[in-house]
Amino acid sequence: MTTTSQRVVVTGVGALTPIGATAHETWEAALKGTSGAATITEPWMADHGDLPVRFAARTPPPGIDVLPKHEAKRLDPSGQLAVVAARQAWADAGAPDVDPVRLGAVVATGIGGLWTTLDAWEVLRTRGARRVLPMTVPMLMPNSSAGAVSLALGARAGAHAPVSACASGAEAVTLALGMIRSGRADVVVAGGTEACVHPLTLATFSAMKALSTRNDAPERASRPYDVTRDGFVMGDGAGLLVLESAEHARARGARVYAEVLGAGMSADAYDIAAPEPEGAGASRAIAEALAVAGATPSDVVHVNAHATSTPVGDLAEVRALRGALGGALDDVAVSATKSMTGHLLGAAGAVESIFTVLALHHRAAPPTINVDDLDPAVDLDVVRGAPRPLGDGVAVNNSFGFGGHNVAVAFGTAS
Amino acid sequence: MALSEQEILAGVAELVNEETGLPVESVELDKSFTDDLDIDSLSMTSIVVQAEDRFSVTIPDEDTKNLKTVRDVVNYIQQAQG
Repeated sequence: MTTTSQRVVVTGVGALTPIGATAHETWEAALKGTSGAATITEPWMADHGDLPVRFAARTPPPGIDVLPKHEAKRLDPSGQLAVVAARQAWADAGAPDVDPVRLGAVVATGIGGLWTTLDAWEVLRTRGARRVLPMTVPMLMPNSSAGAVSLALGARAGAHAPVSACASGAEAVTLALGMIRSGRADVVVAGGTEACVHPLTLATFSAMKALSTRNDAPERASRPYDVTRDGFVMGDGAGLLVLESAEHARARGARVYAEVLGAGMSADAYDIAAPEPEGAGASRAIAEALAVAGATPSDVVHVNAHATSTPVGDLAEVRALRGALGGALDDVAVSATKSMTGHLLGAAGAVESIFTVLALHHRAAPPTINVDDLDPAVDLDVVRGAPRPLGDGVAVNNSFGFGGHNVAVAFGTAS
Repeated sequence: MALSEQEILAGVAELVNEETGLPVESVELDKSFTDDLDIDSLSMTSIVVQAEDRFSVTIPDEDTKNLKTVRDVVNYIQQAQG
């Protein structure tokens, strides 16, 4: 990443998640330790009685009051969530007055327009080629949400769609930081979206043995760091942040939630799906984020961990954190918010960036739920039971993805 | 039973509204889809495909390009219904 002395801040947040219809609702729900996981009740589950996983953390589609029918019709469910979250973030930032050619959009997804693809395939098979709607391609392409958000906000500095599985949302924040620091934009709306809970993804992630099968207690299934964790809980949702040069934010008197200090990225080149068990690549990403931030391990007060609740992944991240932070890790309050939201895949890194930013802003680390019996191999100070007061300093959001992608973003208390 | 011109117009207006968000009352017989209603070709294709379903008619592509106004579509559907 090109780095300059340009300081970048977060001035707006928007989200639709399994635990809240806005970013601030989501934050309040997280402080209370709310689970968003539930048994799937849609009629399509009945056609797939053999699915080994029958629950997920769902986010309801936006209502017609926030997204008119003609707009919703032209967007995949993931695009609908992205556009609404982007408008929330924009309004939350006070609708900045910015030259459109200095406004960017970076909206990531892990999977993309799966429902659109499969619905169109069904129409083609049962009713023929003439019945397939012409908006199908613009709705299913992985950059669809980036384009739609760019269109919705009139962002003309560039529209980008990083795709790195479950690291995508954090990579979007990283690219947005780069856009501002390299001088391409003054304001960037960045984040991720996902809406791919579908019998096909439930079946295929299950085939990888990646998902928890705790069907009898969905709200207790996402349990990062607990000895009985047995996989992640798939979820859908979207999170968007407004990143802005500090100069631009200051000039318009904007409220600043936190500063984006730096980001680091690396690749494992170890396995297409499994994390490298020692967490060496992830550790490099964290160290790079701190180096770009000009911070030391002892500056770090909080980590929002990737912690998906898989047996191998959670431990690899513990080692990565220990490698990057050393003894300073003992004084860091670690939260695993996927215990509440489930794993939002391409949106995870964005929603968790929002949690990290709001943790600094409100000086509180959200709790991690369902840690009944902490895995003795997890030598972290995991925030459990209730939110933990936080001092000023640096907070790191980790996100890792199938493909070996590692992303860490370092935020700082607003000065 | 064949639908009246008014019934077909109401149905077409509803499709246009769902596709574009234009108010149904703006969809009048003498309006041009491109010049007056600012409907692009992808939306037009989508509206035609849905009109075929709704009115149980077939509108071949070679005919679609001649449907310039709302009246053209309404008349086409009326005749196709026989």
